[in-house]
Amino acid sequence: MDHPIQTDYLRWIVLLPLVGAAVNGLLGAVLQKRIGKWIISLFACAPVLISFLLSLQAFLDLLALKPDERFLIDRLYPWLSVGSLRVDMAFWVDPLSAVMILVVTGVGGLIHIYSTGYMREDKSYWRYFAFLNLFTCAMLLLVTADNLLLMFVGWEGVGLCSYALIGFWYHDHVNARAGNKAFIVNRVGDFGFVLGVFLVFWSLDRSGHGTLVFREIEKFSALLQGQEIWGVGVVTLVTLFLFVGATGKSAQIPLHVWLPDAMQGPTPVSALIHAATMVTAGVYMVCRLHFLFSAAPATLAVIAAIGVATALFSATIALTQTDIKRVLAYSTVSQLGYMFLAAGVAAYGAAVFHLMTHAFFKACLFLGSGSVIHAMGGEQDMRKMGGLRRSLPYTFWTFAVAVLAIAGTPLTAGFFSKDEILWQAFSSPHGSPLLWVLGVAGAGLTAFYMFRQFFLVFFGECRADHHVKAHLHESPKAMTLPLVLLAIGSIAAGWIGLPEIFGGSRFAEWLEPVFGAHHEVHASGSLEEILMALSVAVAAAGFYLAYLIYYRGRLAPERFSSLAGGLFYRLSYNKYYIDEIYQFFFVNGTLLLARIGAWIDQYIIDFIVDGSAKTTAFISWIHGLFDNHVVDWLVNKIADSTFDAGDKFRKVQTGNINSYLYVILGAVVLAIIVKLRYWS
Amino acid sequence: MTDNVLTYMTFFPLAGMIVVLMLPSDRHNLIRWVSALFTVPPLALGVWLYGHFNTAIPGLQFVEKIPWIPAYNINYFVGIDGISISMVLLTALLSFLCIFASWGIDKGVKGYFALFLLLDTGMMGVFVALDFFLFYVFWELMLLPMYFLIGVWGGPRREYAAIKFFLYTLFGSVLMLLAILALYFTSEPHTFDMTVLIAQSGKYGTEPLAIWPFNQWGWGFQHVVWMALFIGFAIKIPAFPFHTWLPDAHVEAPTAISVILAGVLLKMGTYGILRVNFPMLPQATADLAYYFLGVLGTWNIIYGALCAMAQKDLKKLVAYSSVSHMGYVMLGMATFTPQGISGAVLQMFNHGTITAMLFLLVGVIYDRAHHRDIEGFGGLAAVMPVYTGVTALAFFASMGLPGLSGFISEVLVLLGAWQKYPILSILGASGVVLTAGYFLWTIQRVYLGPTNEKYKTLPEINGRELFTLIPLGIIVIALGVYPNAMLDLLRASLDQLNQIVIPHLP
Repeated sequence: MDHPIQTDYLRWIVLLPLVGAAVNGLLGAVLQKRIGKWIISLFACAPVLISFLLSLQAFLDLLALKPDERFLIDRLYPWLSVGSLRVDMAFWVDPLSAVMILVVTGVGGLIHIYSTGYMREDKSYWRYFAFLNLFTCAMLLLVTADNLLLMFVGWEGVGLCSYALIGFWYHDHVNARAGNKAFIVNRVGDFGFVLGVFLVFWSLDRSGHGTLVFREIEKFSALLQGQEIWGVGVVTLVTLFLFVGATGKSAQIPLHVWLPDAMQGPTPVSALIHAATMVTAGVYMVCRLHFLFSAAPATLAVIAAIGVATALFSATIALTQTDIKRVLAYSTVSQLGYMFLAAGVAAYGAAVFHLMTHAFFKACLFLGSGSVIHAMGGEQDMRKMGGLRRSLPYTFWTFAVAVLAIAGTPLTAGFFSKDEILWQAFSSPHGSPLLWVLGVAGAGLTAFYMFRQFFLVFFGECRADHHVKAHLHESPKAMTLPLVLLAIGSIAAGWIGLPEIFGGSRFAEWLEPVFGAHHEVHASGSLEEILMALSVAVAAAGFYLAYLIYYRGRLAPERFSSLAGGLFYRLSYNKYYIDEIYQFFFVNGTLLLARIGAWIDQYIIDFIVDGSAKTTAFISWIHGLFDNHVVDWLVNKIADSTFDAGDKFRKVQTGNINSYLYVILGAVVLAIIVKLRYWS
Repeated sequence: MTDNVLTYMTFFPLAGMIVVLMLPSDRHNLIRWVSALFTVPPLALGVWLYGHFNTAIPGLQFVEKIPWIPAYNINYFVGIDGISISMVLLTALLSFLCIFASWGIDKGVKGYFALFLLLDTGMMGVFVALDFFLFYVFWELMLLPMYFLIGVWGGPRREYAAIKFFLYTLFGSVLMLLAILALYFTSEPHTFDMTVLIAQSGKYGTEPLAIWPFNQWGWGFQHVVWMALFIGFAIKIPAFPFHTWLPDAHVEAPTAISVILAGVLLKMGTYGILRVNFPMLPQATADLAYYFLGVLGTWNIIYGALCAMAQKDLKKLVAYSSVSHMGYVMLGMATFTPQGISGAVLQMFNHGTITAMLFLLVGVIYDRAHHRDIEGFGGLAAVMPVYTGVTALAFFASMGLPGLSGFISEVLVLLGAWQKYPILSILGASGVVLTAGYFLWTIQRVYLGPTNEKYKTLPEINGRELFTLIPLGIIVIALGVYPNAMLDLLRASLDQLNQIVIPHLP
């Protein structure tokens, strides 16, 4: 580990998409007009595909190394060096980041190809791809950064692209507002993230090893043990701060509110950014820093609790949504909750495994829904769909596979990864039967709402108006091909991570150099089987209920929605009014403070400033009065009397020589008298 | 020429002013081009300076010292170090760009450009002067043209704004003058030489004065002088509660003057504190920095951001964002850590470039729509895509988006602050959320949404305007990706400066 292998191609994995973004962003408008959209597609897709090939190369290079030496680094230059803070522009790939770059460039590449079909009619085609490429670059930077600060560049970079793509159709204020909400809620999380970064640097710096480089933090993390700030263990506080960042990016309670609104963006964006990659950044970060989180059991408990609560909570919201993409959005929030549940019981391998399988089936679901929306001329309300399986065969079959996977049907990818999480939630030293029960309940809900969607969209009678019906069509090859590949992944990706009882997980083995040896309870093989069967049974029950209600029509949904006077239904349908509560307290509260601040400036500070200016002016005016009426009066008086005196004395100057002589004579006589009288 | 590089940089614009004054006043274009011509050499010399500045030396470089008024031991004494080099570069760059941003001025052209060039000399002089008397002369020299540039070429309420600016600044100048004289008469032999005053810093008494209220606070001579200087500088920063001249001055000033005001003049406040208060009055600095730089700076960050959020005038919003961003500079200075103080000085430079972009961008839209009411636009992105793109770059840079320059300086400041005052660091970091709030809300209201019918035909940003913005945009990106390009210049001097104060810390 101490002498990592220096390479010089890792940088291109990150930078090639940036080149694509720069070309399309700066010249795209001209290229699109002069040459055509194909050139934009080329500049957009080629870099991502080459990045994918380079990622494969990195994977093979790692594979050729001994397991505990699997580690490549590419150092560009010292990025920031001030005092003891030294941060390089450096990329690294270890088994964990290798998984991530393959997912990002692989799934990302497919979504780029899909987008060339989906966005074909858009006149801002170039702008779309510029941001999609920039996103890919930022996401790759996030996962390959060799230190926390560089990771943060990617971390906020993906947020920026998410903002720009949610509000891609900015003519509508709803979209622009959704983008704002996403960015600002993420900023709240980022606020926690940077505080975590500061605290970890400060604590290590105090011990003489100030660093933000991941493997050095790992090396010196023991120094953090026993350090305290404000009576709390430093490790606990660091991990809690960082986890705040994770809740923002990965849409966990209480910062989950932005993700459903983010569905305002184009559907491939929802698939890539808001399902497969960006939202998993929080999970990745926690796993990347597993050595810190494992040292903070209190934080782990919080993460597991928030994870399982989010999983259940958003599943209950997904039950009643009618927008095809919103159901998927809440399902994403819920699945991310499962990943955090895994991370919270220190089963990081399981979290990453679910992250990967989820990327396949959720991207497939979103792209499938995009294909449906495309066919329906932009319609997203599932109440107006139905019976689409005939007109959209590829979409139907691939969607079916992905629904089976997310519902946890045995032998699909989702089954293996979810089962691993549930088993760990039960058996890990940090786990408990309660976590397992809640997780299984969530799985039952998942099966229900996914099949509800499946039946509503693809079965029954088409409820669209005849105008839409007449135009129903399967999507072009550029869109169906990625669907097929993702559907294959939704099955196959699971087989690399088989449970212990089926022969053990190659995936866990691959991640072992990162997360350490697999500490699983081996003795209870039969218990694992029983729990697995139970969870499958619960999921099957969810499926059966959806089948009865939405396929057979045996049960009316109203029987459930009218429970307790419709209270539960209204709570779920209105997302527990969380948006309204946040709006009232945080948004309006901040605006109130802003108005108070502006008021203070205008009416207090400027009152004092203007007041003192006016007082000075007033005093000057009084001085002026004094000047005009007292001083000037005196001056004038003196002048006048001088003038009067002069006037009187003027009479002396008669011009008469005789009178002058008399005066001179008189003066001389007077002088002589004075001299005689006083000078002797 | 290289021996007197700083003198040339300072006085070229003054020579330009004299030339402009001799030109016939109806030859507008000639006046503009001549003015532009005279701002080129300082910029070129600035680039040369960047290449030849020795980053290993903490002390002064390119020093020139000539006796000026020997009777009072006053010298013409200039030089730069890591504290001032970035400001000298910034001044040279913005002066050049702002000539082009002033192209649209068409009333009293000759007077405008003459005063502008005089302002230039004043600004550059402040940053290179090392004799306190000379410093004060430049400081006041700058005030006069500024007053007229706002008061004559400004908007509808220009006279109110100009007088407010003048009075505030004059109030500060008086206190500063008293402090300078106090230092002069304490030094032995009496001198205005800053390097000597720094060397004698032990002489400025710290034992509490027997005068109320200073005896209550335990303030000595040094603290009182510190405070007098601080108020003078704080008005320029502008620190709460001395900031209300800024929004008014900005709103009324012509675009280029707003750029100079926010880009360069505000930095003189924080620069002065670093140049004077820190090394000359280290004990007082150590005692007072927490309250008057740390706490007040944090308050500036949050209060400025909140006020910005409440504004309806785009230019006023940008003005308040300056109040907020200068708070980071103050907070960083208060930490006496390498990260904090480097972050502060880098933030001075970054804020100079970013806020210059912001004001130039506001000017672009004002020239077209003749108003700046945020609610009065809508959907400009469809009408002016290039303009919107550049605006987004500037807004996100100001928000501290990683990868752009503002992020580096803010993160350094907050990282430094965490080491000394974690609570202030947390509060300061929360300002980042507020900043995102008001900028994104502005983007949404001005640029996004349905296109306002009234502005469907606004012309796109033109070549001249882009010419003023692109260099700044490139710097903003370059310093985000490779901040060491600037940090390397600052490091040695700032470390030395910290070392002067640190022994006095409790």
